[in-house]
Amino acid sequence: MSTTEQIQDLTKQEYKWGFITSVEEDRLPPGLNEDVIRAIAQKKGEPEFMLEWRLKAYRYWASLEQKHQEPKWANVQFPPIDYQALSYYSAPKQKKELKSLEEVDPEILATYDKLGIPLHEQKLLAGVAVDAVFDSVSVATTFKAKLAEAGVIFCSFSEAVKNHPDLVKKYLGSVVPYTDNFYAALNSAVFSDGSFVYVPKGVRCPMELSTYFRINAQNTGQFERTLIIADEGAYVSYLEGCTAPVRDENQLHAAVVELIAHDNATIKYSTVQNWYPGDKEGKGGIYNFVTKRGKCLGKNSKISWTQVETGSAITWKYPSCILQGENSVGEFYSVALTNNFQQADTGTKMIHIGKNTKSTIVSKGISAGHGQNTYRGQVKILKGAQGARNYTQCDSLLIGDKCGAHTFPYIEVRNASARMEHEASTSKIGEDQIFYLQQRGISKEEAVSMIINGFCKTVFRELPMEFAVEAQKLLSISLEGSVG
Amino acid sequence: MSLLEIKNLHASVNGNEILKGIDLTINPGEVHSIMGPNGSGKSTLAGVLARREAYVVTQGQIMFNGKDLLEMPAEEVACEGLFLAFQYPVEIPGISNAYFLRTALNAIRKYRGEEELDAMDFLPLLREKMRLLEMDEKFLNRAVNEGFSGGEKKRNEIVQMAVLEPRLGVLDETDSGLDIDALRIVANGVNSMRNKGRSFLVVTHYQRLLNYIVPDFVHVLVNGRIVKSGGPELALELEEKGYSWTEPELARR
Repeated sequence: MSTTEQIQDLTKQEYKWGFITSVEEDRLPPGLNEDVIRAIAQKKGEPEFMLEWRLKAYRYWASLEQKHQEPKWANVQFPPIDYQALSYYSAPKQKKELKSLEEVDPEILATYDKLGIPLHEQKLLAGVAVDAVFDSVSVATTFKAKLAEAGVIFCSFSEAVKNHPDLVKKYLGSVVPYTDNFYAALNSAVFSDGSFVYVPKGVRCPMELSTYFRINAQNTGQFERTLIIADEGAYVSYLEGCTAPVRDENQLHAAVVELIAHDNATIKYSTVQNWYPGDKEGKGGIYNFVTKRGKCLGKNSKISWTQVETGSAITWKYPSCILQGENSVGEFYSVALTNNFQQADTGTKMIHIGKNTKSTIVSKGISAGHGQNTYRGQVKILKGAQGARNYTQCDSLLIGDKCGAHTFPYIEVRNASARMEHEASTSKIGEDQIFYLQQRGISKEEAVSMIINGFCKTVFRELPMEFAVEAQKLLSISLEGSVG
Repeated sequence: MSLLEIKNLHASVNGNEILKGIDLTINPGEVHSIMGPNGSGKSTLAGVLARREAYVVTQGQIMFNGKDLLEMPAEEVACEGLFLAFQYPVEIPGISNAYFLRTALNAIRKYRGEEELDAMDFLPLLREKMRLLEMDEKFLNRAVNEGFSGGEKKRNEIVQMAVLEPRLGVLDETDSGLDIDALRIVANGVNSMRNKGRSFLVVTHYQRLLNYIVPDFVHVLVNGRIVKSGGPELALELEEKGYSWTEPELARR
């Protein structure tokens, strides 16, 4: 078999995690209007301030929608979305409050098992608290006691609204206001759940916090909302991983993540995104339109984004940092892979406001099949950002001759003392490299995976150990041998 | 039984016939050298043996270790014990030399049904071979061939060969770009591996290397055919008279 054939063979691999769980659902009929917003708020038993905020967001979104003001600048193509055809709330039916894992629907637990989500003893021993989001409602949260001991709040967004309304009220929308963009407005109006983290002053969160998201119900847009606050001197590392089952029609996923770091606080946010990418003809797959932003509010604060994006039919995502506090640091490490007919337009924004702020951007784009991969990054040095520094490295790897890599760096400097560095490269994975490894006894698939992992090393290095292993596997599975 | 038996080998690259009927037999423990002018097909022969895809065999057969080599993909040929020291070793960014070589060794061990080596067992072995080739330990953790000088790359090839312990080492112009010290180091490395069971095919343009790695047989390749074979003295004769001296022999075919 020739290389090309072998590769075609391997790229034809079906999405390994495609299955549907049948769980009794509680869902709203399709459509979006003020009544739907009210119904969501009511179902969730939310206080008045939340409903008001949702309604304001909805009205803003509706005004944009009416004028068809969806963002159109991204380098991606898809047919218009009929927002009235989607259902905006879906939750597994629960008869009563759950006290332990044993009470969770065994079907749901079985789904987690298939995904290899370690909700059980082993994971507890491994020291990872998992807040599992099954569709839109958190069904199980573990390790709460140990976190509570440290004073860390880690719960579903709904619980946070109930139990910590002051914190929610203070920070919700403070980094990503509902007027930020079309999808952020939509999310603000209809978000059903998500995660909430608060790490109090001087506390180093005793474990990595981990959340697994999974879209399950058919025809349901998934709207997650995550809010993480690290108070003065606090440290937290948060891991987010996703897989989703096979669907024929496209699904919209519009999440919002807000991070706030106070003086001397550090937030590390890692994502492995593996939503269903569509089949090899480009049918189906998730539209992943996400707004992620962190604010380095305090001096010496640090926010670090690391993402490994292998899934979704379309990715539209720019995890960003607002570097407001003096000496604050923003980092963005990204691996984005597009295979078959996947499209990704992803990158970051680093907004330097405070003095001596520093940012690092490392982006690795991999395109295979007919995949289109765009890096879009903005580095903005404002007037007051004396002594600001940025380093950007942006590398693209092409596999085959039908894919594309695109780079759009925007650099805006308003302070002459700023120091900027930008490096970029585009390369093709070489037959020579593959042959070299094969000549040493390494199989073609392993050779490709090795070369890709080498290419991504500077990003993987930033991931927590176990996540890095998972990410490497994911990359190999998504790509195996797609070399022509 | 011979280790390698090439019969009437014809091979093309991009539709051009480069090898036009090669016959060559190598027995265990023998060192053969292929010499020839530029473009005679030396590197193509090395590439065909390693099963490089671009080289298409149009006629003939190759038996290696009792098996049909042309039926095997490149990695299987490697696992069967054929090692090619590349003329232009390739860089693999982000993958350390040590990790790469351990993966390779374990792939081969697995093929042979042997137990895989963990890092603890592997590193002392690699260090030993690196000392043999006078390579600094810093190369352990450097990415494969990345930022290596020409000579370092060639030495790294021989380190790999020493670790993987092939049945047949094919050296493709390993001497090109080497200064005299590096040449001596590389040759020592190769000589230390010579034994009754292991064979070498040394492909070179110049006789110089053969002062250090003394072959049992020398073959002259011109225009895709072996036009003359002999002992080590043939290399010296070529050095003196040049390749044009062999051309009448070619004309007679």
